[in-house]
Amino acid sequence: MNGAAQGYSPTRTLSFASEFVRQWRRRRTQLALGFMVLLPVVLLIAFEIGGEGDDDNGNGAFASIIDVAVVGGLNFALFTVFVSSSFLLVVIFALFHGDTIASEASWGSLRYLLAIPVPRGRLLSIKLAVALTYSLLAVITLTGTALALGTLRYGWNPLQSGVSADVPTGEGVLRLLGVVGYLSVTLLVVAGIAFLLSVLTDAPLGAVGGAVLLFIVSSILDQITALGELRNFLPTHFVRAYLGLLSSPVQFDGIVKGAISAICYATLFWGIAYWRFTRKDVTS
Amino acid sequence: MRKRRWVSLLVAVAVLAGVVTWALWPADPGYTSHDERLSVNGVTLDTRLYLPKTSEKVPALLLGHGFGGTKESVAEDAKEFAGRGYAVLTWTARGFGASTGQIHLNSPEHEVRDAQGLLDWLATRPEVRLDGSGDPRVGVMGGSYGGALALLLAGQDQRVDAIVPMITWNDLGNSLFTGGVFKKSWAGIFFSAGISRGLPAGGGGLLARGAAEQPVPGNPQCGRWARDICETYLRVAESGTLDDTAKALLATRSPAGTLSRIKAPTLLVQGEADSLFPLSEADANAKGITGANVRVAWFTGGHDGGTGPTSDQNRVKFLTLQWFDHYVKGAGEAPSGSFTYSSIAGLDPLERGSLATGFSYDDYPGLGGVDTASVPIAGPPQAIANPPNGTPAAISSLPQAGALSSVLNGVTADLPGQHGNWVSEPLRGSHNVVGSPTVHIRAASPTGEAVLFVKLYVVDQNNQPSLSNGLIAPVRLTGLPADIAQAQPVTVTLPAIVRNIEDGHRLRVVIATSDQSYLGPAQPMVYTVAADGAVTLPIVPPVPIATADAFWLYLLIGLVALLAVGAIVGVVLARMRLRRRDRTVVAEHADTPLHVRGLRKTYGSFVAVERIDFTVQRGQVVGLLGPNGAGKTTSLRVLMGLTQATAGDVLIFGQRLAPGAPVLSRIGALVEGPGFLPHLTGEQNLRAYWKATGRPWQDAKFEQALEIAGLGDAIGRRVKDYSHGMKQRLAVAQAMLGLPELLVLDEPTDGLDPPQIAEMRRVLQRYATDGRAVLVSSHLLAEVEQTCTHVVVMHKGVVVASGRVDEIVGDTPTTVFDVSDVDLAQKTLDRFDGVTYALDGSRSLVVELGELSRAEAIASLVQAGVGIDRVTPRRRLEDAFLALVGTSTAGSGDR
Repeated sequence: MNGAAQGYSPTRTLSFASEFVRQWRRRRTQLALGFMVLLPVVLLIAFEIGGEGDDDNGNGAFASIIDVAVVGGLNFALFTVFVSSSFLLVVIFALFHGDTIASEASWGSLRYLLAIPVPRGRLLSIKLAVALTYSLLAVITLTGTALALGTLRYGWNPLQSGVSADVPTGEGVLRLLGVVGYLSVTLLVVAGIAFLLSVLTDAPLGAVGGAVLLFIVSSILDQITALGELRNFLPTHFVRAYLGLLSSPVQFDGIVKGAISAICYATLFWGIAYWRFTRKDVTS
Repeated sequence: MRKRRWVSLLVAVAVLAGVVTWALWPADPGYTSHDERLSVNGVTLDTRLYLPKTSEKVPALLLGHGFGGTKESVAEDAKEFAGRGYAVLTWTARGFGASTGQIHLNSPEHEVRDAQGLLDWLATRPEVRLDGSGDPRVGVMGGSYGGALALLLAGQDQRVDAIVPMITWNDLGNSLFTGGVFKKSWAGIFFSAGISRGLPAGGGGLLARGAAEQPVPGNPQCGRWARDICETYLRVAESGTLDDTAKALLATRSPAGTLSRIKAPTLLVQGEADSLFPLSEADANAKGITGANVRVAWFTGGHDGGTGPTSDQNRVKFLTLQWFDHYVKGAGEAPSGSFTYSSIAGLDPLERGSLATGFSYDDYPGLGGVDTASVPIAGPPQAIANPPNGTPAAISSLPQAGALSSVLNGVTADLPGQHGNWVSEPLRGSHNVVGSPTVHIRAASPTGEAVLFVKLYVVDQNNQPSLSNGLIAPVRLTGLPADIAQAQPVTVTLPAIVRNIEDGHRLRVVIATSDQSYLGPAQPMVYTVAADGAVTLPIVPPVPIATADAFWLYLLIGLVALLAVGAIVGVVLARMRLRRRDRTVVAEHADTPLHVRGLRKTYGSFVAVERIDFTVQRGQVVGLLGPNGAGKTTSLRVLMGLTQATAGDVLIFGQRLAPGAPVLSRIGALVEGPGFLPHLTGEQNLRAYWKATGRPWQDAKFEQALEIAGLGDAIGRRVKDYSHGMKQRLAVAQAMLGLPELLVLDEPTDGLDPPQIAEMRRVLQRYATDGRAVLVSSHLLAEVEQTCTHVVVMHKGVVVASGRVDEIVGDTPTTVFDVSDVDLAQKTLDRFDGVTYALDGSRSLVVELGELSRAEAIASLVQAGVGIDRVTPRRRLEDAFLALVGTSTAGSGDR
């Protein structure tokens, strides 16, 4: 007996499953995940009615990926991930993480959770774990749907990068997983910023928008080559390193550095979030 | 507090700005440079000497520029080598830029002699290390024009210690008349560069960089070209054939003849995307140098491909520096003799452009590969037409297109009727082709002669053909029969390529009659051609050069491990702290649901709660009464562990309260209005809440709570559709889930209608039985009076009164009289002893009656003729409350 109510134990409060269900029932969660299914369908339809079209896809890094988008399921999945990676997935990660604490604060339910009492560290950990799970689920849903749809429509063909050698299907799946995994790791930066903002503000939209905004600002700064070596310290500098996975042989350098950068930033932001929230006066 | 935040923000900004400035501050270049016009060999050369900042004597480098360039074209490379401790001499070759003289195209008496003069001059410089009198320690490097100069100089002058010739020629006649066919577009570009003093555009540092538009000096036909060269060009460009005179002239401008005299270790760097000086030129140079160490390196750039991807540039720089460091500076280990090459691996993830992977092989295998593979091709002889004047022509490469040429790979256009195709079966397994494939062709021509262009396409599964770097093999055949049946097979050596041909891809041999870059015969004609047998592919086992960045990988693994350990330690520490938490129970209050002593809460300089003390005992319904802003909610927040008290204690069942203290689980609360997840129904909200407590379901007493909420069917509707009152009732129900021993309700009747308020009162009174207690905050006197057993009155952060409600609320002798004549009333009251009064407004008297009964007082007033409108008894609580809030309760009315 620790002076608490019968049956109460701090480590049993707000279990992962109960928080997962709480979030699952939200229209926002369902819409976000639903859109992950819808997007590949929309892309597929666009390719179908768009037909061959002209080949003018510019000379950018993605041109070659767009060119080969419809050669097979793997390529279609890759294409879908590419077009989503620069903005859509950023928003998704920001949404799931920026919403965690701030939305509870704005509904007023945060104070009741804390009065249960759910220990603050535990509350953050569960919220973070659930947000990460949903983010990952979104990425997996998107990739899985695209892979399934693409394979049904375009067949199970080797992965073409458009620049270097074709990759056989088995290894192609591994590389696709690698790309998705790496993207998820780089998006941890967004997750970190959004989560921190969520702790600092009571406005969920502010946290989500703020995280996306900071991500975009960092991306813009990264375009300024005059910054030289400094760009290596921008959280978004390595986001496109996944292209190294499409080379033959695979180029890991950028990916490894990018993962280090993303993990450092995410840890920093999460660390500040914990530090702040466990000391904060909750007045909302 | 706010100020401190600003200070820390400013400090953070200042630190960040400092770091950025430090990182962007231009570093000390580490060298100085001096421009000088030197008179050498009868001309004045525009030179620049880069000297590293050191007092020691340093080895020197002679850095030549590409055709049409000047000393400025190689400035970037020169700076880099100067920074590495070399005295770098750059100069503008004669006939270019600010140097005088005419272009003799690396003639031994002119440009090469000039360079010898520069060596003499270097030997006189005090900064330069000498091997002997007049013999500087010197390496020579350059690309294209400068590369040939390096070879020729090393063949002519034994003072040269090492050379790195890049993308240059072996035999100029062979380069410009490959297979006997005039390479008209490249030749034209270079000839015009000699007239306009510069190439139109393009080219990297070692290659030429364009000069501005300038009026053509002198002869409009020859510009700055020497007469003999100019006349030769005009002659051969018109005829399209290399006559003996021209051949002899170009031979003197080619390293081929002097290679055997080279004693300086030579690193030959050649580009894979180079239709001007293809890999075969470097191969010929490598074979010709017999008296010195030779190493061959290929990279993905060239005259067509430019400098290549960054990764490739870095590899070439590394090789060059390693070469000079060992053979000129005398530092570092001897470079191995391994052959290195690279191929485009994909897109560069971080920078624009593509990414090259380096490969190596122990010995230079030449263009024939370590091994060969034979791929049969099939197809009947085909008739192909030569268009008049060679137009329209197929396009295989665009000179100087740079990176564009690799894009052209897939769109190379062969014209219908002008080419024949021979295709292989899909290949089994992948083939790493490094070198020159060969193919046998047969041709028949009505004139006995034919100019043909042979190309090797790789066709992928989707039938997309690609021609490696747009390289083709032109051949001029003579003595051909008119009938293909009598034609003898001719072996055509295709341009050397680096290409991994994959499993399932096919080879396609194309023989065409025209090409944009070459000068074919002008008369229309029909040839019959056939490609027979097999394509022989030179194979080199691919051995990628390991990148030395394992450090980062270890760092990543270490980081992840550290974080994992950190997370586990964090959780363990948190649990230990939870367990070790102060659980001492203050014995005297162990059975007191709530005991607050000396509680104080400030936000910065704002004092929300000055100091409050009160106690809630079992069985009590305690009202926390005070106007808005009295500090009620602030106190309740502290009570729930939402905010931390600045000073003082809150004891719940004798345990000191801290945020998250387990004893909070014995409290049910409604603080600052309801807080529900709007997307869930009322019932789902209550269930989710109870689930979050982690306590057993049967403890929730769910039905009782639902009954209290009294929402009926509405319990199944989403909370976002609820009215304020409904939410309020749901919130009270939530607070009562599990029937906590202490119920804390902040303005519970807010938003309820009168019958509901009455019901709520009954609920609360019933609740405080069985040893439970209720704390209700309110700004409404009536509510507290009717609901509570005890009351604590707060104002401006302090408790001004507390005690049993019936004690506090009980009758007092104070009575308010509203009268028609205040003066008369005062006079009447003055007659009684012990009666005091105060004027309250113009028609009201607040009277302390003392011994006098209210009835007696009224009777006396009426008798005295004072009209009485109203008599109101006043009670202590109201007195106190009014004194705090002001003269009337209207001020603190409903929110």
